[in-house]
Amino acid sequence: MRIERHFALPDVGEGLTEAEIVSWRVKPGDTVAVNDVVVEIETAKSLVELPSPYAGEVAALLVEAGATVPVGTPLLLVASEVAEPVEGPAGVPAPGAVELAGEAAGEPVLVGYGTSSAPARRRRRPAAASAPALPAPSTVGRAPAAAVPAATVPAVTAAAGTAHTDHVPAGPPLAKPPVRRLARDLGVDLRAVTPTGPGGTVTREDVEQASAASLAPPLGAASAAPLAAATGAEADEQRIPVRGVRRSTAEAMVRSAFTAPHVTVFQTVDVTLTMELLDRLKARPELSDVRVTPLVLVARALLLAIRRNPAINATWDDPAQEIVVKRRVNLGIAAATPRGLLVPNVKNADAMALPELARALQDLTTKAREGRMQPADMQGGTITITNVGVFGIDTGTPILNPGEAAILALGAIRWMPWVVGSGDDRRIEPRRVVELAVSFDHRMVDGELGARFLADVAAVLADPDVALVWS
Amino acid sequence: MGQVASAWDGTEVGPDPVQLLTPAGRRVKHPSFAADVTLEEVRGFYRDLVLARRLDTEATALQRQGELGLWPPALGQEAAQIGSGRALTSADHAFPTYREHGVALTRGVDALELLRMFRGVDHGGWDPVATGFHLYTIVIGAQTLHATGYAMGLQRDGRVGDDGSAVLAYLGDGATSQGAVSEAFVWAAAMNAPIVFFCQNNGWAISEPTSKQTRIPIYQRARGFGFPGVRVDGNDVLGVLAVTRAALAHAREGGGPVLVEAVTYRMGAHTTSDDPSRYRDPDEVAAWRARDPIDRVRALLEREDAAFAGLAAAVEREAEELAERVRSGVRSMPDPAPLDIYDDVYAEPHAALERERAEHAAYLASFEEVS
Repeated sequence: MRIERHFALPDVGEGLTEAEIVSWRVKPGDTVAVNDVVVEIETAKSLVELPSPYAGEVAALLVEAGATVPVGTPLLLVASEVAEPVEGPAGVPAPGAVELAGEAAGEPVLVGYGTSSAPARRRRRPAAASAPALPAPSTVGRAPAAAVPAATVPAVTAAAGTAHTDHVPAGPPLAKPPVRRLARDLGVDLRAVTPTGPGGTVTREDVEQASAASLAPPLGAASAAPLAAATGAEADEQRIPVRGVRRSTAEAMVRSAFTAPHVTVFQTVDVTLTMELLDRLKARPELSDVRVTPLVLVARALLLAIRRNPAINATWDDPAQEIVVKRRVNLGIAAATPRGLLVPNVKNADAMALPELARALQDLTTKAREGRMQPADMQGGTITITNVGVFGIDTGTPILNPGEAAILALGAIRWMPWVVGSGDDRRIEPRRVVELAVSFDHRMVDGELGARFLADVAAVLADPDVALVWS
Repeated sequence: MGQVASAWDGTEVGPDPVQLLTPAGRRVKHPSFAADVTLEEVRGFYRDLVLARRLDTEATALQRQGELGLWPPALGQEAAQIGSGRALTSADHAFPTYREHGVALTRGVDALELLRMFRGVDHGGWDPVATGFHLYTIVIGAQTLHATGYAMGLQRDGRVGDDGSAVLAYLGDGATSQGAVSEAFVWAAAMNAPIVFFCQNNGWAISEPTSKQTRIPIYQRARGFGFPGVRVDGNDVLGVLAVTRAALAHAREGGGPVLVEAVTYRMGAHTTSDDPSRYRDPDEVAAWRARDPIDRVRALLEREDAAFAGLAAAVEREAEELAERVRSGVRSMPDPAPLDIYDDVYAEPHAALERERAEHAAYLASFEEVS
């Protein structure tokens, strides 16, 4: 029987993603033997001649010379006479047969990459994985050769090589194992999620958005339309209903940003002594069962600074036209959770000793991460810390939690060159340094108070001995 | 054919390499070394050389067709590999780099077993005990330490002496710049271990020429460690066989380590990821092509063996069959199951590994419901 098989562009150099077709050594109608050189390609590493894996007649060249195409792109089509059925020596079908069978079953199978199932071959080959979406080769691959003159095969042009990445495959949803795990943990059905990742894969963000949408109470019968409705017509964009945490975050941020005039002040501080203290604290028996993080010590510094500047721990009562200075500190922590941004707070944080505060912060983050947060956990906050440093960020200009007077942003703690000593002894040393930023509501807090508050936080972190003097 | 054994006295030989067969296929005599082989054995070497090269060219083609992830060609080094591989007895043990494809064939490793690793379906699947051929080592020079330790083990098992065993450790010219190789030399010398370090100096450590690696010929490196070095024409299968046999006998009988420097040339790329035309002079490649290791054996047999035409045709046929078997065999290699990775880590049951396997199995099972 006569069959046609593609030769797809292989990765000839350990992790290459594309190659340029330099020159064809054959033309349609030529007879080739196995290992005859058919094409010369240039990769990022070298000029390489590719030998034909099949013997037969060149039925079509599918890529023009000069084009740069991704690994996995079918390059040419070879028609061969084979004894049927096509079997490998161990009873495993040879690639050509697999190609036909696989395509008939709707499963993507790559020519020239063996007989394994397609998912196992998806790793590290994004371009290759989506190659079966190219319509021309698969059509030809199934059709009897005689019925398909080479001229009817659309050639892949230089521009068309990457045009197939938006393909959304039928069949089971494609997602990486951690994303599948996340979907399972959040109770999201992957089949109902609109995939936005490369090659039609479901991404972590897709799952999180689907989860947020499903957690929010429906706004009415009309709004209960499935997320999947966004598929199809609008493949280039995804429309996500604003619900749940996203909706409340949006409302809170608009209210805060457009009612409270924000001012942000910054200070860069050498926290080497605090980090050394942290290491000593971790060894203490009363802190053995809790994670003592830099955030715990920053929270302590903030509480001490509030004691010296009580007016910063206040809210704005607009109807009463009063500033309400709070005697207790309910310390909010901005937390990125599977549901979105939440700001739970530690009640009466100012009354807590360090081990108690550390435990409270640990419980808070655990609950937030596990989605066990109750509404009460998020009410009554008086001041907030946002730890942008965990994302590797140096600093930012945070927006106030609505009604509160101040919010502290904690940046990433980095080793930096730092001038130490005085007089002739000035020198540069590697020190642990962090940027602090405080945004405050200028209706309640003047620049002087905001600056003194931030300077006090920084003073404790620069020299934790100060805490003994102030407490 | 000559039946004279080598008369090597265990001292350094160089800088002129030992040569018993000239590039033109003429036999020459050497005062210290002689190839004690029959015509039938030479015919066997011819077959070995041709099959090794055919395997190599087929594997290179399979890599270019996307069937192998990587391939380090041994093109041009066949005589160094066949000559040294055939010098081993079944009681000896060889520790290869990742390029000793010809040696592997002489040790009875099947071509497809060799290719599994480069297909990425296992980490080297042959039996190193049954074949006396250790698994490939990718880390440059690391195998010289493994080999030295193995040779010290032979000593402790009392397997040094008249009918003892020896170890053949392969390394390249680039590996001589590795600290591990110096450590292996130190230990082998201090312990008087029964080991031969067989360095295929193929001229290039990827893109770095040997002239930039060392100020003295590599065989002379052995001087400072206190054992003899011998330089041999690495494209002369008879010379390599004679020198390696003599060196292994020296080690086996308690004489301690030997360094053999086989001067050869890597005709191909370092690996299929490399483009040697970027750093090599084409004239240099052409000069070495004129010293091809197979051509000189063919020239010898054409003159001395009346039945050579029949042999050449039979070997050609066998080589094509090998290529075809390799081609279809590689394409139909199934991917391993995820849990196979735990199978051959330890020889005996290992509690921690079993726990990891169970965890991994549970983890894999946890995805079935969503897919």
